[in-house]
Amino acid sequence: MPPDLARDVWRRLDTVARAAFPAALTALGLLLFAVPLGLPEQAALAPAFLFASVYFWTLFRPAAMALPLVFVLGMFADLLGSGPLGLDVILLLLVAALARRWRRLLVRQSFLVVWLAFSALAAAAIALSVALTALLSLTWLPLTPALMEVGFAIGFYPLLAVLLTRAHRRLAAAEV
Amino acid sequence: MIRLSIPARQALGRLTLPLLIASAVALLLLGKADALLAERARAALGDTLAPLYGLIADPLIRARDSVAEAGHLLALISENKALREENERLRQWQSVALALEAENATLRANLHWIPDPGAVYVTARVVADTGGVYARSVLLAVGPHHAIAKGQVALDDRGLVGRVTETGARSARVLLITDINSRIPVTLEHSRARAILAGTNNDLPRLLFWPQDTPPEEGERVVTSAEANAFPAGLPVGVVHYVGAAPMVVPAARLTRLDIIRVFDYHMAGIEPPESAERAGKSATPAAIFEP
Repeated sequence: MPPDLARDVWRRLDTVARAAFPAALTALGLLLFAVPLGLPEQAALAPAFLFASVYFWTLFRPAAMALPLVFVLGMFADLLGSGPLGLDVILLLLVAALARRWRRLLVRQSFLVVWLAFSALAAAAIALSVALTALLSLTWLPLTPALMEVGFAIGFYPLLAVLLTRAHRRLAAAEV
Repeated sequence: MIRLSIPARQALGRLTLPLLIASAVALLLLGKADALLAERARAALGDTLAPLYGLIADPLIRARDSVAEAGHLLALISENKALREENERLRQWQSVALALEAENATLRANLHWIPDPGAVYVTARVVADTGGVYARSVLLAVGPHHAIAKGQVALDDRGLVGRVTETGARSARVLLITDINSRIPVTLEHSRARAILAGTNNDLPRLLFWPQDTPPEEGERVVTSAEANAFPAGLPVGVVHYVGAAPMVVPAARLTRLDIIRVFDYHMAGIEPPESAERAGKSATPAAIFEP
């Protein structure tokens, strides 16, 4: 292989790896949260992580969290879990679409505003999820787990944001 | 990459979201209309991921266990004392149990009682906690030639865990008794009254449809009932505990930390679920008793 071509192949691989990183990290996180670690309320952690991750990457690296990719991630989450198939897909798409629409506004704001916007978005998404699940199974559902999930999502975001911001800076540094 | 003109690309970009959401809604309806499809897709994914889960889970579980072990070491002396006391108490119970067993044997001999056939079981490791906020289920990793089938009964070392709802080539999914779709025929051990144990997605499932004249008593043991021929009689389920006015059951099994589960084949024919009449054409399985 001539050296030019080799370098080109490596550079391309590097670009692909960087572009795939956010989605791959999200999928891996989903897998990790499914492992029985014995954490309290582990079931509520996975969706919190999923929403936070998709929201963060949509805001700060939208090219790497394209809507079709969000669809695939939602599908993956749905197939991993045992809720109604397609529910996570809808919720994630809505979260991603709204985050995309507010993106220009939000990226310039302070962390607190981004966090508040996420909290509102997560609460709305989870409320919709409860409503749709109840509608699909035609039963009333207890609200405590949903409230707990909202709490987890809100509390989880800063932690995740710290880690993801670091990853995001690394990626950005490699691109310059 | 196909090169499109800028307006065409913009139009396509604007169409992506509605198209994706429409397909998600279609997926939701499809999953609702054809539950078998979702089940098959999940079983396939479970099969693919079960070995991977094993890989991820193994070091994590080992780390968790060693942390727990360190805790045990610290509590060794007091625990030893408690265990000795418990042993003392259990020895008394053992003599009671032996006496009862002997009595039981004599009585059986007098009655020509036909014993229940012994159950065959498969032991499997829980590799993933696949429930969501509104579902409680676990994924088991099993060998490629396992004999686990839908409707079989899962128990841990303490009591009833749930029933198998999906099986793949290398994995099986167990719906826990705490899932909101779970309905289990039970007997209240003291009054012998029948009731239904319904999951609530919380830690405590709730008792329904007990007879008016025999309300469940606080602390009463709850065991499975052979009614409906879905479970053998007498598997330990839990203990009645009132939360407000509602009788709940504290499960005997440690449902929040399941490690190893035994899946029993009791050769139960299972009831034909009530929906099967409306759903002619679909195979009626015992697992359908879990459906709402």
